[in-house]
Amino acid sequence: MSTLHINGQNRQVDVDPATPILWALRDTLGLTGTKFGCGAALCGACTVHLNGQAVRSCVTPVSAAAGQKITTIEAVTAGSDKVGKAVHEAWVRHDVAQCGYCQSGQIMSATAFLKTLPRGKQPTEAEIDAAMAGNICRCGTYARIRAAVADAAKTLA
Amino acid sequence: MNFDPTTFELPRHLQGLIGAERAATGVAEGLPRRSFLKLSAMGGVAIGGFALGAFPLAVQAQGAAKSAGLKPEQQPLAFVQIDKAGIVTVTINRLDFGQGVQTALPMILAEELDADWSKVRSVHGSNHPAYVDPVFGMHLTGGSGSIAHSYTQYRELGARTRAMLVQAAAAQWQVDPAGLRTRNGVVIGPGGKQLGYGALAEAAMKLPVPEAVTLKDPKDFRLIGQATNRIDAKAKSSGQQSYGIDMRLPGMLTAVVARPPVFGAKLKSVDDSAAKAIKGVKAVLRVPVDRGGDGVAVIADGYWAAKLGRDALKLDWDSSGVDKVDSARQLALYRDLTTKPGPRKYDADVSKLADAPQQISAEFVFPYLAHAPMEPLNCTVRISGDKAELWVGSQMPGLDGLAASKVLGLPPQNVQVHVQMAGGGFGRRAIATSDYVVEACQVAKAALTAGLSAPVRTLWSREDDIKGGYYRPMHLHTAKIGFDSQGRITAWDHVIVGQSILGGTPFEPMMVKDGIDTTAVEGMREPYAIPMRLTVQHPKLNVPVLWWRSVGSTHTAFVMETLIDEIARATKQDPVAYRMALMGDKHPRHKAALQLAVDKSGYGKQALPAGRAWGVAVHESFNTVVAYVVEASVKDGVPTLHRVTAGVHCNRVINPRSVEAQVQGAALMGLSMCLPGAAITLKDGVVEQGNFGDFVVPRITDMPQIAVHTVPSADAPTGMGEPGLPPLAPAFANAVAALTGKPLRELPFKRA
Repeated sequence: MSTLHINGQNRQVDVDPATPILWALRDTLGLTGTKFGCGAALCGACTVHLNGQAVRSCVTPVSAAAGQKITTIEAVTAGSDKVGKAVHEAWVRHDVAQCGYCQSGQIMSATAFLKTLPRGKQPTEAEIDAAMAGNICRCGTYARIRAAVADAAKTLA
Repeated sequence: MNFDPTTFELPRHLQGLIGAERAATGVAEGLPRRSFLKLSAMGGVAIGGFALGAFPLAVQAQGAAKSAGLKPEQQPLAFVQIDKAGIVTVTINRLDFGQGVQTALPMILAEELDADWSKVRSVHGSNHPAYVDPVFGMHLTGGSGSIAHSYTQYRELGARTRAMLVQAAAAQWQVDPAGLRTRNGVVIGPGGKQLGYGALAEAAMKLPVPEAVTLKDPKDFRLIGQATNRIDAKAKSSGQQSYGIDMRLPGMLTAVVARPPVFGAKLKSVDDSAAKAIKGVKAVLRVPVDRGGDGVAVIADGYWAAKLGRDALKLDWDSSGVDKVDSARQLALYRDLTTKPGPRKYDADVSKLADAPQQISAEFVFPYLAHAPMEPLNCTVRISGDKAELWVGSQMPGLDGLAASKVLGLPPQNVQVHVQMAGGGFGRRAIATSDYVVEACQVAKAALTAGLSAPVRTLWSREDDIKGGYYRPMHLHTAKIGFDSQGRITAWDHVIVGQSILGGTPFEPMMVKDGIDTTAVEGMREPYAIPMRLTVQHPKLNVPVLWWRSVGSTHTAFVMETLIDEIARATKQDPVAYRMALMGDKHPRHKAALQLAVDKSGYGKQALPAGRAWGVAVHESFNTVVAYVVEASVKDGVPTLHRVTAGVHCNRVINPRSVEAQVQGAALMGLSMCLPGAAITLKDGVVEQGNFGDFVVPRITDMPQIAVHTVPSADAPTGMGEPGLPPLAPAFANAVAALTGKPLRELPFKRA
């Protein structure tokens, strides 16, 4: 039995400590907002925050998260996270999603990125691209992702 | 699937299947099966409103709320629910896997219903006969047909529902319904009194369904044509949207299947002792898999244990009985086939080729391509006695349900397919063999036989998906073209070699004509008046193939539009003017789309930065024309696409935001075909790629700027899911060729 600190709560999970966080979230805890895309840290669909840093939960074992804070898409967009809320709202305003499957991971990457920016700093397109390059969208929503990240940054300025 | 709906005829084989399905599912009642299930789940207690589950028995008893003169797909009860709060829930008869029909179809219905858009929701349908494509007569999301085929259907559904609500209001007020108006979810009566749809729904749905309804004059449209955000935008931006993979049922188990390394291979031996020792693994079971192959399913309480179990299997495969394809040998075989006689799609006289003042002799090579939707394939199966339910993101739930019923040995009407929102698909979920659905049913059946009485979700890994077959076929084209100094084409001798997508499937009688798969040649020759001889070869190889977004046009548009450009360059003509001249006074939609892209891009007027060149292409697929004018550069041998201007002719636009999204997405998928590494290759029968590290797909850093413009039109809408894809790669290649002077004749582009 391992204890994970997820979205502000301690949760007990009866899994092998080598199990990726992704599967503890999805199959054990039913937090299905975090998506399985590649299982190899290549697509970013499974992105969560570990102590505020974007990590690929499909390759991060439960053992590596002991005593650390895991935050998932469900909490980031629930309203209390100011940056997450701004990103969520920009995503809706720009109608970013098509199939939407990768968007949890996109939003988690965008939120982590915007939190690293100095207050009031507007990211350049190249900076947005660099921050989001690890997240694949097969539907090709990248143009709206760029616009939404820039817009979210504006609303936070 | 470039079906022409006007000449479409369902093959007898499919008619039989669908007829059987209709007879079996009690379609005469015009009610979805889930009505009955919901009803029994609620103990038969009616709860009011339009809720489908609440009314079937009452409706049947009274013979109301349906019309014998209407087909199941015309009955509002199967498509519209209005609750007491006035929330309108529209059932879509397609799979939404990103293309936006979950918003556009409700927009069409809500337009005629005069609904309050803020109160409109939508849900997916099932394999119930009401949810067939009204043109194809079968359950199908494909051929960019959702809007094109269901525009009138959903307008009429909305208008019929509205008429019933008006009738109910008239009865309550005891006035003539002809004097009543509707607006924004309310019926407005004499003296301005109002009744909301929510208050009227229960009474309205007991009324007879009017067969004839008057549709709005399009000048009165308030929703259709308005840029509208997706209904599911919030859910998809917060992790709340549920997909097939998110299905959770009490006691559900997860299966991961070990499939043969060569398609169709058999097992010599299985050592599952290590797999069974893994915590969480419940069973390791032999299951038949696609193409006659053997498989081993590891069933566990979750994906990770199942995956570890599969990793721990020691399997000895016997590939001796199956053809082992090798990409290099395959190309040699295809080259050899170009010289052999074969059936001809076009048979123009090409004798003038030898005397032509100018000639081009070209060979084009296109690789296998995987669809690689972001949501890995999955299907959840629950067998309960003599019934079964499937939860799956399917483009063809009717055929999938029938396939499941065969595997499970159940009557077709006892298998219910709940269509799930899908994380992409691009064709992979419309599959005549129902491969992943059949496999999931085999797994669930084997689990049951082994004493595991639980719903089973079979889940593919990304490697399973990339290596699992059903690719856009590899193709080889050769062209020998003769023309004069003005670019007048005197002879064009063309050969296409590639596996038939539809041969051996239920679609064959309809779509394979005189030995030629229509999906292999769609997009050839058009829209130009060209004396073409087109010979086709369909070799049979042990690699499963399938349609991939825009199907034949993924290769034919590239060949046609780069060759036309090459002739323009060879004869020193402007590529736009040359195309316009070749089209003459025909093809007004092509010309309008191309002209719009030219005008909006600044082509021919605006100077480009040094090192950049324009590229142009125009192509019709699925009755929609898309033209691209692009700007590209080449640095250190690496082509880069900077800016794309689209001119689109899809007749009336339902949702401009969705059209823009589809063009942006399809353009990027077109670009994906160009990226080095975007190829599936085989060695000794084994697919060499396995994940996004070696099967390259575009990232945000590859995304050009894309501006989308549509030609205004009042004609009935045509599809937008696919037509944005085909012209992108040739437009890009043409820009590169303008810079380098060397035509690009192979996709993906080679690494510098």
